[in-house]
Amino acid sequence: MKTYYNPEDLKKFGNISEFEPNLSKKFFDYYGEVFKDGALTAREKSLIALAVAHAVQCPYCIDAYTQDTMEKGCDEKQLMEAVHVAAAIKGGAALVHGVQMMNKYKELSM
Amino acid sequence: MITKSLLALKHNLSTSENQIKFLGSSKLTMFSEKLEQQNLFPLTTNKLEIFQVNLGKMCNQVCKHCHVDAGPDRKEIMTRDTMQLCLDAIAKSGAHTVDLTGGAPEMNPDFRWFVEELSKLNKNIIVRCNLTIILANKKYNDLPEFFKAHKIEVVSSLPYFTASKTDSQRGDGVFEKSILALAMLNEVGYGLEGSELKLNLVYNPSGAFLPPDQMALEKEFKGKLKSLYNISFNKLYAITNLPVSRFLEYLVRSENYDNYMEKLVNAYNPIAAENVMCRNTLSVSWDGFIYDCDFNQMLEMRIDVENKFQHLSNFDLNTVNKRNIKTNQHCYGCTAGAGSSCSGNVA
Ligand code: SF4
Ligand code: SF4
Repeated sequence: MKTYYNPEDLKKFGNISEFEPNLSKKFFDYYGEVFKDGALTAREKSLIALAVAHAVQCPYCIDAYTQDTMEKGCDEKQLMEAVHVAAAIKGGAALVHGVQMMNKYKELSM
Repeated sequence: MITKSLLALKHNLSTSENQIKFLGSSKLTMFSEKLEQQNLFPLTTNKLEIFQVNLGKMCNQVCKHCHVDAGPDRKEIMTRDTMQLCLDAIAKSGAHTVDLTGGAPEMNPDFRWFVEELSKLNKNIIVRCNLTIILANKKYNDLPEFFKAHKIEVVSSLPYFTASKTDSQRGDGVFEKSILALAMLNEVGYGLEGSELKLNLVYNPSGAFLPPDQMALEKEFKGKLKSLYNISFNKLYAITNLPVSRFLEYLVRSENYDNYMEKLVNAYNPIAAENVMCRNTLSVSWDGFIYDCDFNQMLEMRIDVENKFQHLSNFDLNTVNKRNIKTNQHCYGCTAGAGSSCSGNVA
């Protein structure tokens, strides 16, 4: 079956350097640095990445960061709470625009 | 929950022969090639430090990841005669530590006799206690006191500080019983700060993924076990599951085998390879044969020197130390990331 997303493509992420090596190297170096232990632990960063992966709805990132958070010692509850954080922010972001809608509604109403 | 060993189920992967055949059938780089690239092949021994004795395959649990394929239906256990051969070999071996494992080593009827005899040899004694055995029968309830009396170091598996992840790997109700057993060990002084009675825990992933950073996880386990259950322990060892026996069967059945092996190979760490535990360990099976490690034991890859299998009945330290260690594709589990051994990271 042909689909737009192929799980095997995740392993080929590094191949993006084929068309533009310099920028890709800069990106992967940066990426590596970002996820190291710092003011936040590598584990906390991995959970943030999992939440963002859901917010941007990237299937590659969801696979990658589900496994990565498990390998950082997180359990299913922690993973799901991270997803709820993403959902709450996405839901909240939609809802807060309700204020704008109300403003406009009132502006146009008698 | 599983209740029977692969052997009892007559599963194809219950034989070492079929496991080795299966491990060799993929297109992955050979482990020996990786060793060759850093001039480590054939792998040779360093000074012997740990003498590991597998007292038998009988166990009160049937964990999904068990590389021994242990369980209540396994009847292979070490006799007192073979234990005597162990004692003679240990006295000659120069090893500073004797590591008792199984199955549940405590289920061997001569376990206590063996520990008492071992105590006379002045070695550090480790027992790999699965915790639930302490509560499995009245006759085991005093094990914490027995361990204490012989200053045994207790090493116990606890895959997580929640019931769901622990029970999914080790069986229903195991977490609750493990916490009770840990409390009993704490009660007699094990794992407490400043106490010389050591209680170390083992984490291994409950699934097809690699273990986390050992130090970070130890910190988290300490915090959670203390705040949720008032349990104390000394060290946490983060161990990688090797594709042997029931864990291999799980990988194949869940279609995780290829990805898992690829992950192990990609995470190959040359420093971990230099420090693999088989270089300073010997492992003896219930029937007295000598192996490089407990994994090779389960794959029945016996040590041979000059085409002779090594058995305790003709144990000679110089002969076994001259050996080349037998490696195969399962060894990738010892060299991934920070490396893995019976006492955790090696790199
Ligand atoms: S992992 Fe340990 S406790 Fe579990 S079945 Fe195997 S020997 Fe028994
Ligand atoms: S599986 Fe055994 S022989 Fe292979 S590297 Fe690990 S300890 Fe050594």
